Amino acid sequence: MAIQTVGIFGAGKVGIVLAQLALKAGYEVLIAGSGPVEKIALTVEVLAPGAKAVTAAEAGAQSDLVILALPLSKYETIDRSGLDGKLVLDAMNYWWEVDGIRTDLTNLLQSSSELVQRFLPNSHVVKAFNHMGYHDLFDESVPQGTLKRKALALAGDDDDDITIVRSFINDLGFDSLFIGPLANGIMLEPGSEVFGANVTLPELQAMIARFAQSPRGQEIQLARENAAL
Amino acid sequence: MAPEKVVLGLDTFGDLPKNSDGELMTYAQALRQVVKEAVLADELGVDIITLGEHHRDEFAISSPETVLAAIATQTNQIQLGSGVTVLSSDDPVRVFERFSTVDAVSNGRAQVILGRGSFTESFPLFGYDLGDYDALFEEKIALFSKLLEEKPFDWQGELTQSLKQANVFPKTESGHLDTWVGVGGSPESIVRAAHFGFPVILAIIGGDPVRFKPYVELYERAAQQFGMPTHPLGMHSHGFIADTQEAAVEMAWENIKLAFDKIGVTRGWAPMSREHFEHEITSGSMYVGTPEVVAQRMAKAIKTLGVGRFDLVYGAGEQPASARERMITLYATEVIPRVRELLAED
Repeated sequence: MAIQTVGIFGAGKVGIVLAQLALKAGYEVLIAGSGPVEKIALTVEVLAPGAKAVTAAEAGAQSDLVILALPLSKYETIDRSGLDGKLVLDAMNYWWEVDGIRTDLTNLLQSSSELVQRFLPNSHVVKAFNHMGYHDLFDESVPQGTLKRKALALAGDDDDDITIVRSFINDLGFDSLFIGPLANGIMLEPGSEVFGANVTLPELQAMIARFAQSPRGQEIQLARENAAL
Repeated sequence: MAPEKVVLGLDTFGDLPKNSDGELMTYAQALRQVVKEAVLADELGVDIITLGEHHRDEFAISSPETVLAAIATQTNQIQLGSGVTVLSSDDPVRVFERFSTVDAVSNGRAQVILGRGSFTESFPLFGYDLGDYDALFEEKIALFSKLLEEKPFDWQGELTQSLKQANVFPKTESGHLDTWVGVGGSPESIVRAAHFGFPVILAIIGGDPVRFKPYVELYERAAQQFGMPTHPLGMHSHGFIADTQEAAVEMAWENIKLAFDKIGVTRGWAPMSREHFEHEITSGSMYVGTPEVVAQRMAKAIKTLGVGRFDLVYGAGEQPASARERMITLYATEVIPRVRELLAED
């Protein structure tokens, strides 16, 4: 499937930067905020010229690929109507300073993307674009083959989805590293060495390889062993 | 904007510095150190000093306006601001009362910068729900904007108090308390500030500042749409200045890393790498080096973004008090005049 139109849920810092990168790569971009379209129209026009501010229903229905870039705590408010059968990239992270204290979002037994997949049972959820800071995403996007190009990790359950998303990440200016099924997305969450990392592919590979031995990896392993008892 | 009109200020969160024996100061000593630094900045002609409100163990300033009141009585010309006042977890009426009081004791030099704050320790501390983060700010900024009219008013609150013909004192002598909004990069916050006609200061703490250029246009276009006046935007970024490049870079690396990594632990991001730091001081948002290097980079950022104000954040980490004082001296006597010179060049 060729991706032509990208829908972005969330007109905040991350959503706007991803819109800018997708526009630069030649995609059609639709952006939906949490409120009425008029509320974000000017923001989209000025910060992401060429993108179109639309409702979430329109963004879902008219896009080939949808990126979730809203606060994670709001995931259950997502308009699911147009998302059946769609490829959905989860770029969200638990950020307690915005999301509030939410134990359901910090459960060590599952990745937050698995929660999102459960909420969108008929969509193909892939975790991507979550671990690099939004200003690094903006600064570091470069064409394929550029020396010291930076890499983004992704996790998902379906091989075809992964192929499409890797090609999309490449178009947006980054190398990519597939780290396994959606459950492995926990390796990209806050608290991991990768979270906030702005590094090349070999460095990213090394970080993922040593995750199990890291304090965060150990903490997760311990929690899972205890839960299994 | 005319080079002599560009506001060049300092900003600190009141990090605990080291004393001459290399020991970390107590909170009380750290607060007296900030007062001393502000007096120095005043004597050397810095335009403004702003103090951030934090409720964390590495920062001594939780009540900026109390420190500003102390500074007010020992200074003559420097403007006295908060950077920022976390309005969401405060009472707008009390914020107005406290800052109009600072304005009185300082002969009209007070400025309040309202923000949502990038830290949120204040929410549980003052009994607010983090889940109301956005709604609290939205309602309180609207209430604050009513208070600024300095006339009796009615207010129907949802998350705030309801008021009937409330009259709040002291009134300012100028009739207007200087009020800005601090924004960390959320487009929605820019539009909201424009809606109320407030000037905006951008916290640019990472990446190439040019990224913020469209925000200037967004602010202006939004103000136009709401029929509100526009003001030149300001920016705030971290920095360190010393007599040699090497001394500046090493002091900044050690201490800015310390400060950022400490915050990183609570937010789940990885420690700062040397490569990231070098990127930030070369082409990003940290202004580190000799007075000439810092002045060149500040002038470039001011020109690129077209801002009318630059507040340099000083004191991050556990810098010796003597290094902080030296930085303030170099900033006032060498960086500021050089920035104005560079701005006048074209």
